[in-house]
This record gives sequence, C-alpha cells and structure tokens, in this order.
Amino acid sequence: MSLPAEPMQQKRPFWTMARRDAAAGYVFIAPQLVGIITFVLVPLGLVFWYSLHEWNVLASTFNYVGAANYQMLLADPNLPSVLLASAIFSVGLVILNMSLALLLAVLLDQKLRGLVVFRTLFFSPVVVSLVAWTIVWSFLLQNNGGINGMLAMLGIEGPNWLRTPTTALISVVVVQVFKNVGLNMVLFLAALQGVPKELYEAARVDGAGRFKQFRRITLPLISPTILLTSIITVVGSLQVFAQIAVLTQGGPGMSTTVLVYYLYQQAFQFHFFGYGSTLSILLFVIVAALTFAQWQLRKRIVFYEN
Amino acid sequence: MKTDLSPRMKVALYGLMCVLLIPFVFPTWWMVTSSVKPISDIFAFPPDLWPRRFDFSTYAQVFELQPFARQYWNSAYIAALVTAGTMLISSMAGYAFARIKFPFSNAIFMVVLLGLLIPSEVTIVPLFQMFLKWGMINTHWPLILVPIFGAPSVFATFVMRQFFIALPVELEEAARVDGLGRFKIFWTIALPLAKPALGAVAIFTFLHSWNLYLEPIVFLSSTQMFTLPQALTQFTDAYGGAMWNIQLAAATMTAIPVLLVFIVAQKQFVEGLAHTGLKG
Repeated sequence: MSLPAEPMQQKRPFWTMARRDAAAGYVFIAPQLVGIITFVLVPLGLVFWYSLHEWNVLASTFNYVGAANYQMLLADPNLPSVLLASAIFSVGLVILNMSLALLLAVLLDQKLRGLVVFRTLFFSPVVVSLVAWTIVWSFLLQNNGGINGMLAMLGIEGPNWLRTPTTALISVVVVQVFKNVGLNMVLFLAALQGVPKELYEAARVDGAGRFKQFRRITLPLISPTILLTSIITVVGSLQVFAQIAVLTQGGPGMSTTVLVYYLYQQAFQFHFFGYGSTLSILLFVIVAALTFAQWQLRKRIVFYEN
Repeated sequence: MKTDLSPRMKVALYGLMCVLLIPFVFPTWWMVTSSVKPISDIFAFPPDLWPRRFDFSTYAQVFELQPFARQYWNSAYIAALVTAGTMLISSMAGYAFARIKFPFSNAIFMVVLLGLLIPSEVTIVPLFQMFLKWGMINTHWPLILVPIFGAPSVFATFVMRQFFIALPVELEEAARVDGLGRFKIFWTIALPLAKPALGAVAIFTFLHSWNLYLEPIVFLSSTQMFTLPQALTQFTDAYGGAMWNIQLAAATMTAIPVLLVFIVAQKQFVEGLAHTGLKG
C-alpha cells in the first residue's frame, strides 16, 4: 500500500497495485456484506414494514394500519409487566454476572497451585449444552427436587422455586449466571494478567493497601474489558429465550415473560405477526439504545493509557 | 495482584473456591447420576448423591422415544457447517477490513457492525416469511444460513479484524514485493498465523449453533429434522409431565462429549478465547 506503484514505467497498466487491491478487498468482504444485507438489513426493513400492518396468519389478513400497532403497544396491559420482567432479568443478570466474574478472576489471579483445575471447572458450564443445563436446573428446582431436598435435610422448607412469581424470575437469572459467567471470568482474568506488576509494587511502596490498589490500579486498567463484556452481557441478556421456555414458559402468570418470549408468543403461538413485528422493533430500539448509551459512557469512565 | 500469601490465607482461598464451585459442578454431576436412576428413585428423600439402584435402560429409551441418533447428526453437521462457513467468511472479511485499502471500507465496516445490534430474535418474523417463500421451512437451511451471515458472524469478523490489525505487516510486505496476489498472501501467510483467533471464532460459533433454540422451534416441525436442544424438551409423558430420567439421559449424551473435548483441550480453549481482540 505504501509501495510506489512502479514509477519508472511509461504506460501505467489499468490494474495498478491499488486497483487490484481494492478489487480484492471487495471480493473478500462480498460474502459477508451480501449476507448481512440479505439476512439482517432487509429483514430489519421488513419487520418495520410488517409492524405497520394488521396481520393475522390464521385469518389471512394483511392490512395497512399505520401506527395502530404502536398505539396498541402503548395501551397493551401486559407491556409494563413484560418490560419490568425484562429489566429485572437484565439488570440482575448483568450485576450478578459481572461481579461474580470479577471475583472469580481475582481469585484465579492469585499465587496458588492448581488454579488451572478451578478455572476449568468454573468455565465448564459454558460448554454444556444450554438446554441440557437448563433441564438439570429445572429438575433441581422442582418442588420435590434436589435443592429443596437438601434444604429439607437442613430443616429448611424451600419455596416452590419455579411456581412462585418472585423466586421464578430469580431462578432464571441465577441459572443463566452460572451457565455463562465463566466467559467473562476468562476475559477478566486475561485483563488482570495484563496489568503491569510494577504498578502494584510502586503503590505498595507508597503504602496503598490491597483494596486501594484494586480500586485505583486494577479497575481503571481493566475498564476497557469491563465495558466490552458489559455490552456483550447486556445484549445477550435481552436475547434470553430457551431458559424461559424450558424453566417457566413465561409463568407463573406473566412473571417471567420477558420481551423475546412475549414476542415469540404473539407471533408464533397467537399468530399476530404484525404485532409481533412491532414488539421486534421495540426490542431493536432497546438493544440499540443500551449499546449506544454504554458506548457513550466509555468516554467518561473508561481509562486509556494514552 | 500476585503477592505471596500466608498459609492461612491460602486455605481460606481454597475453601472459598470449593464452595463457589458447587453450583458450577453439581448440576452436571446430578444430571449424570440421575440419568441412571429408576424413575421411582428420582425424587427420593434424602437426595441420593450416588444412585442406590441403577437403571441403564433410560439410555435405550431415549432412542426408542425419539429418532435421537438422527437428531444428534442434525445438530452435529449443522454446527460443523456453520463453524466452517463462519471461519471462512469472517476471516476473509476481517482480513480485508484490517489490511486492504479500498473505497468506503470504513463505511461498509460500520454497516456490517450494525449486525451486532440486530440479533436474530429481532428479525425472526420476516426471516420466517422469507424462508417460507423460499420453501425452506422444516429444512435446515435457516439454521445454516442465518448464523453464517447474521449477528454471530459479525462478531467473528470483528474478532478477526482486531487480530489482523495487531499482526505485524512486514511478513506480507515481503511476499507482496515478490509479486504474490492478495488471496495467496491471505491464504498462505496471514491465515496460518491467525490460528489462535480462528480457534476462538470456531469455539464461539460452534457453541452458538449447538445451543440454538428459538430458531429450530420456529423453523422446524418434524421430529426427524429436530436438533438436540429441541429434542431434549420432547421427552414428556401423555400428560405433558417430564420423564426426568430419560430426559436427563438425553441431556447427558448431549453435554458430555463437548465437555470431554473441552477438558482435553481446555488450555487452548480458554486461552484462545482470552487472547483475541476482546481485550478491548
């Protein structure tokens, strides 16, 4: 690219290095670009178009209704509970996941023997099939299941975890945290190991305690990783579906019906494709807004050396 | 914060980690041991950490109740195809965005990154309509095409791009002076160096495909076509109650092979993931 394009030649061929390079560039990105347009951008346009229609597949109606679906959305009596469940799920998941991941990463960053074994075991649920993992927890959380059995041995009567509104939502969060926290743990661990050791020594000479070192050195230096993993975790938390479908089917009542589950029910169980599309747009707006907000936050809290 | 720890501190840390391990390890243990318990023992009190009686017929019943071997094959070949396809497409695109100068490359990269904001849950309704129009409902095409081209592959492209940006350009410059074409350089020089990033992409992509649940239940309708996650939820009796021991036997067969591969290759696995462009 910085090479001079054969300056001694009199007649420049059409296919200069730069042109050949540009052509190669387009060929290289073509499959991805065509794919994104076909399977992501066109569907996004379509979902917006559908959201302007009253469309019931069973009754085979497809009528333009303008913003009627959006008015219906605002008036939907289920919406507050769906958004609340989504918010509790996402906030709970992100806070629990990030703090547990950081704790585990710090533990694994100590001078101890055999930490590889612990790291492997903490990470192992990440590679266990999601539905298999969820089924085991569903089994454990049954009213007469393993967890209540063990609590009973300690003389504690456990609740019917998946059939009580509050504990059902908490259960789904906890099951998902243990499933995937290993991923963030590993990323944090890599970031921790990238912090220069001299900084800690200097801080110790200055008399800073462990906690102060962590707050003033470790956290700022790993903040880019924290930001990136938090974005991935937030977006992932909004996509939760299989866990809900297997553990609670959105119940009891609507206590665990998060937005994606509600969207699935409206579109594919009740066949309201128009309204389902409107809910899809809502999901998209939430994902985009949260990602944008976190990205903006980067300037204020993330520390960069230069 | 690697300081030498006092012996008492070491014991405390080991103890803390052992307690923390319980919710990570116990479910897998409980899954395997419960899968060989007869149904009458499955909710025994007090809970049996080791089966008091064994019933291995659950594993045979998995194959009697569902075309489980076929479903296993479905999941495996779809995940393999998606992984290979994503590795190829995202490494090419990531290489081009990192290395090749062409007009609008930044703008196009931004368009591609948009894919990260649009998970397939958002577009599932129009995707269903598109595949319906193309006669691909109850085929595996949606489960192959959408992951290779949708949000997961965008993430892969991002990881590959970050890797190639950090890779020293000198090796390629020498080959360019020797007159090697772009594709040759990519294939023979850049790609072999990108093994760690490719490994991470492969793991992410495989697990994503292996775990897909919403897409199969939307796109597939016959048990012969089902993938494993979908099949696992089908082991219910006539009243819709779960046949726990059989379901757990199927879950064990789904989970254990991947878990074993992971334990054998855990070093490459974990370090591959940690040392990609994800460090920020």
